[in-house]
Amino acid sequence: MPIQILMPALSPTMTEGKLAKWLKKEGDKISSGDVIAEIETDKATMEMEAVDEGTLGKIIIPEGTEKVLVNEPIAVLLLEGESSGATAPAAKAPAAATPAPAAAPAVAKPATAPAAAPAAKPQASSGTRVFASPLAKRVAANAGIDLASIKGSGPQGRIVRADVDQAVAGGGAKKAAPKAAAASGPVPDFGQPYTEVPHTGMRKVIAQRLLEAKTTIPHFYLTIDCNIDEIIKVRKELAESGVKVSVNDFVVKASALALRKVPQANASWTDDAVRLYTNVDISVAVATPDGLITPIVRNADKKGLAAISAEVKDLASRAKAKKLKLEEFQGGGFSISNLGMFGIKEFSAIVNPPQVCILAVGAGSERAVVKNGAITIANVMTCTLSCDHRVVDGSVGAEFLQAFQALIENPIRMIL
Amino acid sequence: MTDTNFDLIVVGGGPGGYTAAIRASQLGMKVALVEKENLGGICLNWGCIPTKALLRTAEVYHLMHRAKEFGLKADNIGFDIEAVVKRSRGVASQLNAGVKHLMKKNKVTVFDGHAKLSGKGKLNVTKDGKPVVDLTAKNIILATGARARELPGLEADGKLVWNYRHAMVPTSFPKTLLVIGSGAIGIEFASFYQTLGCKVTVVEVLDRIVPVEDAEISAIAHKQFEKQGMVIKTKAVVKSLKRNANDVVATIEQNGKSEQFTFERVISAVGIVGNVENLGLEGTKIKVEKTHVIAGQYCETDEPGVYAIGDLTGPPWLAHKAGHEAVICVEKIAGQHPHPLNVLGIPGCTYCHPQIASVGLTEQAAKDKGYQVKVGRYPFIANGKAIALGETQGLVKTVFDAKTGELLGAHMVGPEVTEMIQGYAIAKTLETTEQELMHTVFPHPTLSEMMHESVLDAYGRAINM
Repeated sequence: MPIQILMPALSPTMTEGKLAKWLKKEGDKISSGDVIAEIETDKATMEMEAVDEGTLGKIIIPEGTEKVLVNEPIAVLLLEGESSGATAPAAKAPAAATPAPAAAPAVAKPATAPAAAPAAKPQASSGTRVFASPLAKRVAANAGIDLASIKGSGPQGRIVRADVDQAVAGGGAKKAAPKAAAASGPVPDFGQPYTEVPHTGMRKVIAQRLLEAKTTIPHFYLTIDCNIDEIIKVRKELAESGVKVSVNDFVVKASALALRKVPQANASWTDDAVRLYTNVDISVAVATPDGLITPIVRNADKKGLAAISAEVKDLASRAKAKKLKLEEFQGGGFSISNLGMFGIKEFSAIVNPPQVCILAVGAGSERAVVKNGAITIANVMTCTLSCDHRVVDGSVGAEFLQAFQALIENPIRMIL
Repeated sequence: MTDTNFDLIVVGGGPGGYTAAIRASQLGMKVALVEKENLGGICLNWGCIPTKALLRTAEVYHLMHRAKEFGLKADNIGFDIEAVVKRSRGVASQLNAGVKHLMKKNKVTVFDGHAKLSGKGKLNVTKDGKPVVDLTAKNIILATGARARELPGLEADGKLVWNYRHAMVPTSFPKTLLVIGSGAIGIEFASFYQTLGCKVTVVEVLDRIVPVEDAEISAIAHKQFEKQGMVIKTKAVVKSLKRNANDVVATIEQNGKSEQFTFERVISAVGIVGNVENLGLEGTKIKVEKTHVIAGQYCETDEPGVYAIGDLTGPPWLAHKAGHEAVICVEKIAGQHPHPLNVLGIPGCTYCHPQIASVGLTEQAAKDKGYQVKVGRYPFIANGKAIALGETQGLVKTVFDAKTGELLGAHMVGPEVTEMIQGYAIAKTLETTEQELMHTVFPHPTLSEMMHESVLDAYGRAINM
């Protein structure tokens, strides 16, 4: 009997995706493990491997189709001796194609929460359905309260009006986040000519998450100048001995070590607690043609500069080719965004939720520095830390930057 | 040897008590129930059910008189009051047997007698003053119900002056009848006797009949009853009753004037009092206020381990309130997390002709609470099914909170409304707004379509009006 190949769920929260490309044609022989299609999720394009052997009998979903629901049949695999005529009945085979990449580990969960949710869902701030009575919804909407932040006391945890009233009275509820980018009003057309670039899944997620971050996280910014003369010196010495590392690699390593000292900056806000991460996993922002992605250098505090350097290079190149695995960009406790290569002197970044800090790194350049009453020349790099004030107070952010600066200015300490 | 130790003992076998016993048994408790008279209580034996049997007789009788209107012939229409009462009693006894069976099926041990608290977790049961058994239980639910209130001078004697119990089993049919009190009990009997041809006078101390209902509904019912020939005196008081050999002279004061009227029989329906006596409450912390036991939202009394439900406790005094409290109370005892009862979600039904049914706040009560209201109305005369039934008098009224779309209340008068009110009760329990009610497809042709139209009308969108 022919086997139906189903749209795979490439992450626990994925509900739909784009069938980007078929790599096999109808009639092609397929062996187990062959890459048969590319599936595009919000952030990455992933390869789908065949589980069973046979012949690709029929492609049900043509390539380029968007919003293909998970578990929707996308093709039919004919087993040996079966003809394509047998594909018609299309009964669901429970043992059908298992998606190639294993589901992402549980740690990846929070980062993707809103990602796969269809844009039409009313609760943009959470990917899971909120069960609430119509009256509770109306009252919450009137009060501007996010239902997702309310605990329901009705049957099966359904939110009823009394729960909303209580939340309003107690002020315990989160104010509803403005709806995601998708919900913004029509843009007026004044007749100027334009072309339109349809949103990729990635662009939609960026829009939604950053809007949410900038509108719901109480941001503040701390800026510090770091003298990188020493780093330049150490870099040269390392290069002479054949090890090439970038200033950014030092930034990653210094951040990781500073986070060990100031763990509050390596954290997430939850309704009930501040979650302090045990590992130091640093997300490094990488620009790709489709948008920003933040692959993760895991346990960066424990890795040497050379290892960090190699890893960042590898992650960045695969990010640009959209070949990252989910677990390589989901999670992380702290982000670094570096626009130094563009000559940007300093900038403020938007916190990457559910993290609470992002370090914006400007270009290192020769500047006039007053030292001991005299003007001297030094290579200076300006760094700005954006903080979520719910978790990180000004003094904590400053403490982090101080530790970071000390490491950057004394790179020898990083090597210890 | 009978087992005398239980997880739960329920005192009283009415709709509250027997429901509590069944729910407790479902939850694995070892349960006993003590009933001194009839399983099923007043509701089933002397209240809700037998009166519905009587009112059904009245309804059929009424329709027989309208036979010509429907193209039918019916001559020599009459009734045999003995047979009418017999049918009503038969219905009650059938259901009473049903409750006996339910107790057996649910392994509830039933004791015949009167139970009295005799210490912590202890009850002694007596029958006709003689000790029957001493029982012990972890928890006790009191569900002893209520009885007719007796006002001085208006006491029922069973012959000339009746309470609901006497009124249900008349041996002869009176030509004239005075009903004192126009609550659900009074008005149902008034309707029954009026429909069968008795000349009925209703005296109500307040300014309108069925005073707990929406004023508009009261007014429509009032008009209908008067059309049937009923005499209604509001803001009136029966000052005295002079009982003669076979009639009663009532002195009725209205608008400051006293007048005397003679009636064959009088029904006193001036409310109820809780059965709080002789329960052994004296030795406990249980508080009684105006003949009713004070109980919390999970029916707990001030005495640990003792609960009270139904008519014994506060209003509304309705069988379905008692049954629902029974479930909440038992689930709480079992360590579950039931929701407390929302009084505004309890429908009330009166089975007079025309019927009255309501749930939630009246328009006036909603305004008094500070709501800005949207009110919808739909008359029976505009409904196809009502016209086909030949029942064109009535109204479906809905009251919404203009701000949230919450259905604050629904009030209906007309045929079959008691069967329809549950729709609004579900809507209230699910917390629907006007939107969901508007989106609901109501079948055509039905009386229930009026429920839809009334909602639409509240928002200026009624279609067939």
